[in-house]
Amino acid sequence: MKTRIHPVLIVLTVLTFLFLLGPLVVIIGSALSDTTYLTFPPQGLTLHWFANIFEISAFTRTMGTSFMLAVAGTTLSMLIGIPAAYAMARYRIELPAFLGNVFVLPILIPEIVLGFSLMKSLASGFGLPITLALLVGHALIVLPYTVRVVGASLNSFDFSIEEAAVSLGCPRIKAFFTVVLPNIRAGIIAGFILAFITSLNDVSISIFLTGPGVSTLPIQLLAHMEQFFDPTIASVSVLLMGVTVAVMAVVERTLGLTFLTK
Amino acid sequence: MSNRLRAWLLATPAILLVFIFLGLPVLATFATTFGDPKGPFSTYAAFFNSRFRMTVLWRTMEVALVTTIISVAIGFCTAWVVARMPGRIKSLLIIAAVFPLLTGVVVRSFAWLVILGKNGILNNFLMKIGAIAEPLSMLYTQGSVIVAMVYLFVPLMILTLVGVLEGIPQDMTDAAASLGATPAATFRQVVLPMAVPGLIVGAVLVFTGSFTSYATPQLLGGERQMMMGTFLYQRAMVTFDWVGASTIAAVMVVVTLTTVLIMSKVARKLNPMAG
Repeated sequence: MKTRIHPVLIVLTVLTFLFLLGPLVVIIGSALSDTTYLTFPPQGLTLHWFANIFEISAFTRTMGTSFMLAVAGTTLSMLIGIPAAYAMARYRIELPAFLGNVFVLPILIPEIVLGFSLMKSLASGFGLPITLALLVGHALIVLPYTVRVVGASLNSFDFSIEEAAVSLGCPRIKAFFTVVLPNIRAGIIAGFILAFITSLNDVSISIFLTGPGVSTLPIQLLAHMEQFFDPTIASVSVLLMGVTVAVMAVVERTLGLTFLTK
Repeated sequence: MSNRLRAWLLATPAILLVFIFLGLPVLATFATTFGDPKGPFSTYAAFFNSRFRMTVLWRTMEVALVTTIISVAIGFCTAWVVARMPGRIKSLLIIAAVFPLLTGVVVRSFAWLVILGKNGILNNFLMKIGAIAEPLSMLYTQGSVIVAMVYLFVPLMILTLVGVLEGIPQDMTDAAASLGATPAATFRQVVLPMAVPGLIVGAVLVFTGSFTSYATPQLLGGERQMMMGTFLYQRAMVTFDWVGASTIAAVMVVVTLTTVLIMSKVARKLNPMAG
């Protein structure tokens, strides 16, 4: 027997989803508008504003920086996070439980505080180059995602398979790469992609670590918005939404989007 | 090699990353606040005695609290319906909630800039239907910040609660109903107690997230609606008052960690499964 849902709740749900998706539709509409100002519904349709993105070197440059930073930061975080997640899942008795909390500290400490503290000690304290400071900052804030998503995959992995390989004479390293890794592939891909989008969209860390010459796309967008108000920003936003769609497709194919409700 | 040694070796790079690039810098920020020659707590005294700084702190608390209450209410009702939808519709609705969640905060705040601006969509619409004669100034108000924040956090609340509400077996509510409980009583005595831990987790995420946000108050609140995040940035990068900025940072950490600790204690106490 299915319980009936009160009609008022249905109406409320419809309104909620209109509220969630409406603003995004507004952005897409105003990106297509054939006017020099932002308006919705669009008046005339044009792709001019998309072409215009590539005329503004600040956008193309920061787009490249953001993309490379997200790939490099996530890769670094994976290389560090996967062994940690493996150790936490495999050696549950040997490691103290609080270690799990240590790895989520980067989301527990307010990001803006972390950004400020990193800027204070890295960029100005040690004179670390901006790009390197950004890389470390991004690897750090995505670490909780890599450790936890890969960890979720490892928790459902039966380590006795690995033990069987080792007891039959397979070296431990080889056993990890040929037995464990293929089994947690979905978790690694999903963790990578979630970390990637987090890094790509980051504001609070980057705002402190970007400087003259080096900036990321979200920071450039923020700066642009305060001076200009033309549909170019809307078209960049639409491109970023395209990245979101791609990310969702990958997560759906690996872990399934319902993973995010757990 | 013993298992213990191997486990620690594998975890070491991650521990070092967190310790060197989070632990030490954040501790250094705290240390800065106690280094004042006028006494170790003088920076805090200055903070809590300053009318302006306290206004910012209370405003941030208020915005975060109102955002949390609205997001919990909307999120709970929506998640309740989503969790009870048949498979296909449910997946579609979950996709519709994940999409804004994975879209960047700058893009999502920008949307509200377009909607609420002086020549924005809402003003144009209201003028067209003749509801107002002059465009209203809706931007740079507490209201505009709260609307954009609720927009930011409702998807998170829905996704957190759908999982929790799905976990409540249909048999439970059916049993309550068959024993004569009214729908309202079933909700209050069966559903709500089981959903409370999830509600608290979601509420803590929303509260700490909005309390420490930067991009949204920067774009929709501006100088007029300064919040802790924008205040910290302004002190650090515009006036270069690093001690002042560190004090703001310390207050932010204390508020968020206290909230997390207290609420997770409360959640554990209220959890019917643990009792």
